[in-house]
Amino acid sequence: MIYDVIIIGAGVSGCAAARELSRYQLNVCVLEREEDVCSGTSKANSAIIHAGFDAPAGSLMAKLNVEGNEMMDDLCRDLDIPFKRNGSLVVCIHKEELDGLKELYDRGVQNGVKDLKILSKEEVHKMEPNLSDNVEGALYAPTGGIICPFILNIAMAENANVNGVDFRFNTEVESLKRDDAGIWHIRTCTGEYLTKYVVNAAGVYADQFHNMVSENKIHITPRRGDYCLLDKEMGGHVSCTIFPQPTKFGKGVLVSPTVHGNLIVGPTAIDIEDKDSTATTAEGISSLIEKAGMNVKDLPVGRKVITSFAGLRAHEDHHEFIIEELKDAPGFIDCAGIESPGLSSSPAIGRMVKDILCERIKPVEKEDWIATRKGILNPTELSLEERNELIKKEPAYGQIICRCESVSEGEILDAIRRPLGARSLDGVKRRTRAGMGRCQAGFCSPRVMEILHNELGIPMEKITKSGGKSVIAPDLLKVQKGGEA
Amino acid sequence: MEKRVLTCIGCPLGCTITVEMDNGEIKSLTGNTCKRGDDYARKEVTHPTRIVTSTVRITEGEIPMVSCKTAADIPKEKIMDIMKCINEATASAPIKIGDVLVENVAGTGVNVIATKDVKAS
Amino acid sequence: MQNYDIVVIGGGPAGLAAAAEAKKSGIDSILILERDHDLGGILNQCIHNGFGLHTFKEELTGPEYAQRFMDEVFDLKIEYKLNTMVMDITADKIVTAMNKTDGMFQIQAKAVILAMGCRERPRGALNIPGYRPAGIFSAGTAQRLVNIEGYMPGKEVVILGSGDIGLIMARRMTLEGAKVKVVAELMPYSGGLKRNIVQCLDDYGIPLKLSHTVVDIEGKERVTGITIAEVGPDMKPIPGTEEYYSCDTLLLSCGLLPENELSKTAGVELSPITSGPVVNDSLETNIEGIFACGNVLHVHDLVDFVSQEAANAGKNAAKYVKNGKTASTKEVKIKAACGVRYTVPCTIRPEEMDDTVTVRFRVGQVFKDSAITMYFGDEQVLKRKKQIMAPGEMEQVIIQKSKLADFPDISEITVKIETA
Repeated sequence: MIYDVIIIGAGVSGCAAARELSRYQLNVCVLEREEDVCSGTSKANSAIIHAGFDAPAGSLMAKLNVEGNEMMDDLCRDLDIPFKRNGSLVVCIHKEELDGLKELYDRGVQNGVKDLKILSKEEVHKMEPNLSDNVEGALYAPTGGIICPFILNIAMAENANVNGVDFRFNTEVESLKRDDAGIWHIRTCTGEYLTKYVVNAAGVYADQFHNMVSENKIHITPRRGDYCLLDKEMGGHVSCTIFPQPTKFGKGVLVSPTVHGNLIVGPTAIDIEDKDSTATTAEGISSLIEKAGMNVKDLPVGRKVITSFAGLRAHEDHHEFIIEELKDAPGFIDCAGIESPGLSSSPAIGRMVKDILCERIKPVEKEDWIATRKGILNPTELSLEERNELIKKEPAYGQIICRCESVSEGEILDAIRRPLGARSLDGVKRRTRAGMGRCQAGFCSPRVMEILHNELGIPMEKITKSGGKSVIAPDLLKVQKGGEA
Repeated sequence: MEKRVLTCIGCPLGCTITVEMDNGEIKSLTGNTCKRGDDYARKEVTHPTRIVTSTVRITEGEIPMVSCKTAADIPKEKIMDIMKCINEATASAPIKIGDVLVENVAGTGVNVIATKDVKAS
Repeated sequence: MQNYDIVVIGGGPAGLAAAAEAKKSGIDSILILERDHDLGGILNQCIHNGFGLHTFKEELTGPEYAQRFMDEVFDLKIEYKLNTMVMDITADKIVTAMNKTDGMFQIQAKAVILAMGCRERPRGALNIPGYRPAGIFSAGTAQRLVNIEGYMPGKEVVILGSGDIGLIMARRMTLEGAKVKVVAELMPYSGGLKRNIVQCLDDYGIPLKLSHTVVDIEGKERVTGITIAEVGPDMKPIPGTEEYYSCDTLLLSCGLLPENELSKTAGVELSPITSGPVVNDSLETNIEGIFACGNVLHVHDLVDFVSQEAANAGKNAAKYVKNGKTASTKEVKIKAACGVRYTVPCTIRPEEMDDTVTVRFRVGQVFKDSAITMYFGDEQVLKRKKQIMAPGEMEQVIIQKSKLADFPDISEITVKIETA
């Protein structure tokens, strides 16, 4: 079969585009080299919905950031995504740099960011008592927010899938070319796919695919960001997202509550060569602690860290989103250079990709398009009576599997059984938070493995952390030859 | 003359005890600070023994493995032979603490016994 | 809402001993809530021997030790619920719990005994850099996989941390056919028992590298190698001392943390040193009628002491149920000083206390040829010489009520380590 559109990459950009395209009578397929959606840059970032004052006025980044931010309320309501507008503060710790806040304010106004305000030293300290005493003033952006990046990505993918978009996992694209009839042939590790249009949403690999088909080369540098995630005990340390004043290296190290009540500190910005190198370094982590401490006081970063991780931003040399059909490769639409504020912009990126394709294809809208998606039930939001009712109907909701995050077996079963369901420990973790708490899966991983085994029929010794070779417990002990286990 | 250097396990002090042996006979024993160290070192250089604990896979139980141990001390050099026997053993639930899972394991005259009650599934 | 005199949170060694003693002290209405599918707690996976020497004068394996206490609980016909997670405890002692058959339910208790145990420190808290592949386990998780579920987490193993669980797992993995390449320990001494170093490492030729830590984890999907390096006195790795070990598994045995999230929901005050509740001589927390014992109170070295302490908590909870709140009287603070990291209990009530109260503590470093001293006010009342004391082992002093009565005006008791 020849698809109308194939999207390379099931990250947040690819899935946003997939969902937008699922409104139309089109055959759409998403190819993903990992075993699950949200497995690259989309899973390891600040989880911030930026207000939009950072990007240069007039840039595509600025436009899509502000648009994406504005779209977020409706999207999160429709797709049941945890999102909160907690507000952002850019804090200034040197009196002589207070002018910088005004500059940022002006840029924000130009970009169309609403309700920006410059706060005096007194105002900002009153608002955030745990700011460092050195803070002299701040830019306040009430539209800034925090989101669950996994669920944003997963929800858009699920909704796209429910509306008919195919997803092919463990399918790495090796090469692609356009034949004389204008059909794209995409060679993957699992076979060839044919399509009329290609959307290149391959994150840090987007330059490779772009450069395979175009003479106008682009270059993407994986820019590593190390993060620390702190115990929920620290989640209330600040209520807004606290940024330092930006420099030419980026937005700097932020300190923010997460939408699930932890505290996140990060990222570093280290340019590397290896596009898969998400290893943290000791220097990276310790520099975070130092930098965060300049803006926020009393951060017990040593003792209360529950995990540290690194993500890669797809930094294009010109620091700008590239979302366009290539002139020398008709039918190939780039969605490249999507670094911060990519998560914030994602709904607008998806819409823009859709607009480009609709202009070309002129597709017919589906009459039965399903606009909403119900997330995995969060039993903690139920009353005692409602919860009992639920457990009576579905006893699995009465069995807690992850103690730290209070995740029940019912939620884990839902995560596995729903469209594009989880197939690995990380898949379960990103959908339900089981294993994301303070013990970091020490207690629940054997139990989640057992549930995956029972539900999917995968032998215990083949259950993975995140697909591929990431097997957890490769050998069954003491199985007698010829006997039964 | 053979020299053996041991760490005493009697207490956190962990005295380094040096034993000089000749033809299996203890010629000198130094480094201990108490009688327990002397006793320990003498036994350890002449006939060291251990308890081996492991698991046996079971059938028809409500759990897949039952824990087990050698019912008495066994010669240290037999540990790996004993493990081989334990790994080849099977049992089926119900099992009670003390049930013999392997008789006369590796010719030591010692049985391997269950250390946990397991109900049938 | 159901009513019980005493609700025990946790059916491990502490909860079992506490419940049994409360029952023997004359309280009939007791309920144990256990989150696992079996009573016995962590002992079920501690299949090695060496338990119970103090209590039973013989060496038992973990499951055997647990069974003795379980049998007592069965004989005493104490009620318990398995697979039941306690979700919340209030200061008014309303316990909210949940399981598949009862749904979510609430119990009004007259007294609550906290016996939730502890959990392992995860990698995040250790700030180990590198990738985050499969093959990194806390030692206890690996222990559960091997001993309970019957799976081998890997074939070539590096272990960070020489606490007893790490040492025990070095031997377990070896006996089950894995190659344990090295055990690295950040501190210049091992936190484990000498016996375990000899019988778990030396017996199998496994090297122990003190003052070493993991500086890199290699492998994008599954661990493929670990780099360790020596650390200086500042605990920072020394450049140039890196050693690479090819392996598929990293086990972490880097300390245990009392699991007090529930205690916090009830407003129980916690010690920043032990991460466990602050308790008085009856093991009662700052919240009246809520008692704590076992590893949730402070991490113990031997389960025998857990059982002793828990029995005490059970007895005191029973007394509280029968007599109600004791008239508030004087409390004397027990101060930990000069090498003593903390004491449990933290305060003592000279009038209500039992005839003797055992004060348990740990030292902060290795002390050789030193003495434990205790002062009532300024007066030294005890000096006990010890050839060796190490952070891995608990120490204790006993306070006699009759002796304390001689010091009616004191406000503070001090426990110290001094030169012998």
